[in-house]
Amino acid sequence: MLAIVLGVTVLTFSLMHFTPGDPAEMIAIARYGMEDLTQEGIEWIRIQEGLDAPVWVQYGRWLNHVIHGDLGRSLIDGGLVSKDIMYRFPATLQLALASMIVSLVIAIPVGILSAVKQNSAMDYLGMTGALIGVSMPNFWLGLLLVLFFSVYLGWFPVCGKGGIEHLILPVVTLGTGMAAITTRLTRSSMLEVLRQNYIRTARAKGLAEKLVIGKHAFKNAMIPVVTIIGLQFAFLLEGTVIVETIFAWPGIGRLLVDSIFARDFAVIQGCALVIATIFVLVNLAVDISYAYLDPRIRYERRA
Amino acid sequence: MERAIPAREKVSPYILEVVDGLKENRLAVVGLAIVVSLVLMAILAPFIVPHDPIELHLDLRLLSPSWQYPLGTDDLGRCILSRLIYGTRVSLQVGVMVVGITAISGSLLGLTAGYLGGIIDEIIMRIVDVLLAFPGLILALVIAGLLGPGLFNVMLALSVVGWTRYARVVRGCVLSAKERGFVEAARAIGSSNFYIMFRHVLPEALSPVIVMSTLGMGWTILSAAALSFLGLGAQPPMPEWGSMLNSGRAFLRVAPHLITFPGLAIMVTVLAFNFLGDGLRDALDPRQKKRVEI
Repeated sequence: MLAIVLGVTVLTFSLMHFTPGDPAEMIAIARYGMEDLTQEGIEWIRIQEGLDAPVWVQYGRWLNHVIHGDLGRSLIDGGLVSKDIMYRFPATLQLALASMIVSLVIAIPVGILSAVKQNSAMDYLGMTGALIGVSMPNFWLGLLLVLFFSVYLGWFPVCGKGGIEHLILPVVTLGTGMAAITTRLTRSSMLEVLRQNYIRTARAKGLAEKLVIGKHAFKNAMIPVVTIIGLQFAFLLEGTVIVETIFAWPGIGRLLVDSIFARDFAVIQGCALVIATIFVLVNLAVDISYAYLDPRIRYERRA
Repeated sequence: MERAIPAREKVSPYILEVVDGLKENRLAVVGLAIVVSLVLMAILAPFIVPHDPIELHLDLRLLSPSWQYPLGTDDLGRCILSRLIYGTRVSLQVGVMVVGITAISGSLLGLTAGYLGGIIDEIIMRIVDVLLAFPGLILALVIAGLLGPGLFNVMLALSVVGWTRYARVVRGCVLSAKERGFVEAARAIGSSNFYIMFRHVLPEALSPVIVMSTLGMGWTILSAAALSFLGLGAQPPMPEWGSMLNSGRAFLRVAPHLITFPGLAIMVTVLAFNFLGDGLRDALDPRQKKRVEI
């Protein structure tokens, strides 16, 4: 776990370090513009920023800063990268959590119903929808939603951040895409569980079908669903990059895309590092909750 | 090297079996049909397009669909249908290149890691772990962004990100195959490690790699389109679906057909590869086969 985080920092650092071009020159261009570029200026920056030291010394210094929460300064406006990211983070978190909720609210009931009434019209409809959802590019879905609900119907604003009405379209874009995957998984996992002996036992002893499904089957069927939420989080973080760009949502994803086009390496580095760290932490949390949902795992460890 | 059974006799009935399995799956057949027609479209593009995909006609801007321009024209007066057809070429090329590179390099690394074990295994799998610690598209976005816009850089970025999954799965297959009797037998008769790796162990991992490659085509095409949509991949005037969507965004109000059709093209293509991949998985899955036998 710690090794992975360390590996992530090495990868992020080396990505920036081995980017084609002289970093000192790029900083100089970013700061002073093309016209005032002089060899002395570049050399000054090289020494000033410590870019003349060996790679591993540079990495050590950088890592030391990162551990203390200092992600450096933006090459464009000189602001603290960590401050930029902290400022944008709540917007992304809001978007991500709302989308996650929307996806679960759609996926779990539809998945369970499809499994319980397997091969019914309901099942067929749900699975077709899920298949389309899986293959639908979220950037296209976003544009179609804007076209329909903002341009034709005028119900929601096209972009920006503000009240709940700004949140709906981006959240639907992200949430439905995620729901598609979760629905398929919930259904197959539920089908698997319903075939188990303890379900037959529960039915045989005359338990109401509602209780069989809601209590015995549900909790066990949710184990793979919880596991996939970790993977879903990758999908979610990828999605925020695109959705935030489409809807001009001021989050980390958009910050990343903007700084890529501005070639602001310090901000790119900071965003990549933060996103990867969040992802690793979420996966850790999923592992822990997995052990909670499935007590067998804990017993194995004790034995 | 002597072989008890010639390779061909063993392979062909298996392939027929898979084809039979595929035929039963209606969605897989649909997917295969779409993939084949996309390939044909890409190859025959110069002969079937109604107009030049790059030539500008500024007097014919943003036309709605008509008989002359079946899907309308874009903001520079170019025929959208023609651009979509040429876009098939771009997307399939990107898909085949990236999947080819990632499937082969990932499988070889997974094979090496699983078969040799020890420090090599440790190093390769640590690299895989670190790469998988990033959400795939974001790492690709950062790499492609650092390298600068361009389709080649996008392919490079997607390749760097994509091989890890193959390596993991192949390593898993190799680890279980390594313990099987036929590998021990091969070693007993004095086969070299290299021969055992490629002749006996690697084929065990073939079916998951085939399934992953098919699904990987969908993933690659979708990701490349997403990066192009963000402005990193194909650069104008190259007809690419994602960048067509991106340039159509500005004309959402006046010409909605600019964003409707490229998105549909991406979706149908990805859907087709997903159908085919799911079908192949069912057809190649030995568990499923056993169920039928029982």
